[in-house]
Amino acid sequence: MARVLLRNLNKFYDDVHAVKSVNLEIRDKEFVVLVGPSGCGKTTTLRMLAGLESISSGQVLIGDTVVNELAPMDRDIAMVFQNYALYPHMSVYDNMAFGLKMRKVDRSDIRKRVQEAADILGIQDYLARKPRQLSGGQRQRVALGRAIVRHPQVFLFDEPLSNLDAKLRVQMRVELKKLHNRLATTAVYVTHDQVEAMTLGDRVVVMHGGVVQQVGEPLELYNAPVNRFVAGFIGSPAMNFAPARLRDGDGKLHADASGFGLELPADVAARLRPYTGRDVIVGVRPEDLQVADGSYPPGLCFDAMVEVVERLGSEVLLDLQVGQQTMVASVEPSIAARRGDKLRFALQPERLHFFDASSEAAI
Amino acid sequence: MIEGAKWRRWVYFYIPLGVFILWLLFPFYWMLVTSVRPDRELYRPWMAPNYAPFWTSHPTLVHITDLLTQTLFIRWMANTLFIAIVSTLISLFCGLLAGYALSRLKFPGGGALGTGIFITYLVPQTLLFIPLANIIRNFKLGDTPWALILTYPTFLIPFCTWLLMGYFKAIPRELEECARIDGATRWKAMLYIIFPIAVPGILSAGIFAFTLSWNEFIYALVFLSSAEQKTVSVGVTSELVRGDVFYWGQLMAGALLGSVPVAFIYSFFVEYYVAGLTGSVKG
Repeated sequence: MARVLLRNLNKFYDDVHAVKSVNLEIRDKEFVVLVGPSGCGKTTTLRMLAGLESISSGQVLIGDTVVNELAPMDRDIAMVFQNYALYPHMSVYDNMAFGLKMRKVDRSDIRKRVQEAADILGIQDYLARKPRQLSGGQRQRVALGRAIVRHPQVFLFDEPLSNLDAKLRVQMRVELKKLHNRLATTAVYVTHDQVEAMTLGDRVVVMHGGVVQQVGEPLELYNAPVNRFVAGFIGSPAMNFAPARLRDGDGKLHADASGFGLELPADVAARLRPYTGRDVIVGVRPEDLQVADGSYPPGLCFDAMVEVVERLGSEVLLDLQVGQQTMVASVEPSIAARRGDKLRFALQPERLHFFDASSEAAI
Repeated sequence: MIEGAKWRRWVYFYIPLGVFILWLLFPFYWMLVTSVRPDRELYRPWMAPNYAPFWTSHPTLVHITDLLTQTLFIRWMANTLFIAIVSTLISLFCGLLAGYALSRLKFPGGGALGTGIFITYLVPQTLLFIPLANIIRNFKLGDTPWALILTYPTFLIPFCTWLLMGYFKAIPRELEECARIDGATRWKAMLYIIFPIAVPGILSAGIFAFTLSWNEFIYALVFLSSAEQKTVSVGVTSELVRGDVFYWGQLMAGALLGSVPVAFIYSFFVEYYVAGLTGSVKG
């Protein structure tokens, strides 16, 4: 059990600055997910933590020890790789026992620990098989088993579910969560899938271009993204963005965008006042766009034309044309919209997000 | 397999395959027939009425027994075997380490070194034997098996290195990284994970190296002079051709017996060998 501390961590590949001054504290027993698009530096950060990549500058601490110069084997970590990385020439048992054998754990102890891990993961019947005789899900379990027999201080996961099919991925996600609750070990998990990040992480770290954008609990990222990137990355379908200009009219603050204008209520207006007369970006989540009935104030409604209707069963996604831009709305399945329909939508002012047009930071 | 009518399978598969096999096996058949043919048939002119080049009606083992008893053939076999095995082992050992280093370690000049090693393989032996002869003489190794054991690696090591380098590159890097996190040093990860997975590649490199040194001719011809030191390829051609006299029966018997060990090794390891050359790692 240990906390992990990344202090001003940097990675340079020749001229490429892949990881830029990452500072992060991962608490003991916490499950932290690093998420971001490919090339955002999340895997590099994890590999520096594992000792597989040299650290250009900064420090990595596991427990109270600076591990910068320690070999991977001396960091007391276990890692699960995307392609499982099972040793093809060894049986499942030997795969799981390998790490313990290398550490000269005695034979009976190895047997006990492998058995224990196999029981947890439900792979008792496959111990004698070779990896190639297993299905994708079973291989992933063996890879997990190989990590947990070691009782490491920290688990590292590098996109461990990416090679599984959609259904299995959801199932393994739940199992991973259960496993973490049971083992209560610090875990760092890398993924590009924001759904995995939101469901698994105690806290989520969003990275982009080698820089940490925001660290927070999943709902915090969803409800209060600090910038446009995080807002667009977290949530599916992604948040709609519309450029708008703030204008003072009759003492009320208006936001004028292409195709719609909003009259902002006083509490929202108060925080946006300094931006009067300037360009901002309005962000609205698809699930916050509701088909308006008469009860909504007209200043928060706008008309849109339906271009595509996607019925997903539990919800309906509408691709809308609003002025010059397109938006996506996620509405109740009972709404019978068809292509070409004109619908009136309402916005909830407290669910709107505003971003500075130039810095893209949340206002 | 070719699908469709039966004749298609014959025309596109069995007949071409049959022709190919005949083409490949004919030299061996010729060696066999010639080695069991009595002398009076061997030296019969081609226009003689009972001339029959493709078979013999009076097979005899006299050439083979002569070869084994009257010449140093058994000695040559032993020499060749010793030289081929030792030079193969040396080359495999160096090739394994060099191939691993070039495919896995990052060090300045690594890429250039890899290309450099490949280029040395391209230098023709017919050029290289001249300076090598000088070196062999300076070290007073002429006419000893060590002259060949130490010179064969000049072309075997580049060969093994390149073959194994390709093979190591096909092994996912994560396997080794995982082993190193699991508690293995780089050496142990290499020994317990990479080398066992690379066995098909190592075997095919070994077989190839063995065959190359078994069949090698120029260095053996130049560096060895006394009959007792010779290898099969040189012994057979130099001792069984005296001036313009060709002992065809013994020559062919020597060629036939000389190719047995190589054929044996190939047939034994053919599966590994194919897997090694096609570079498939199943995870």
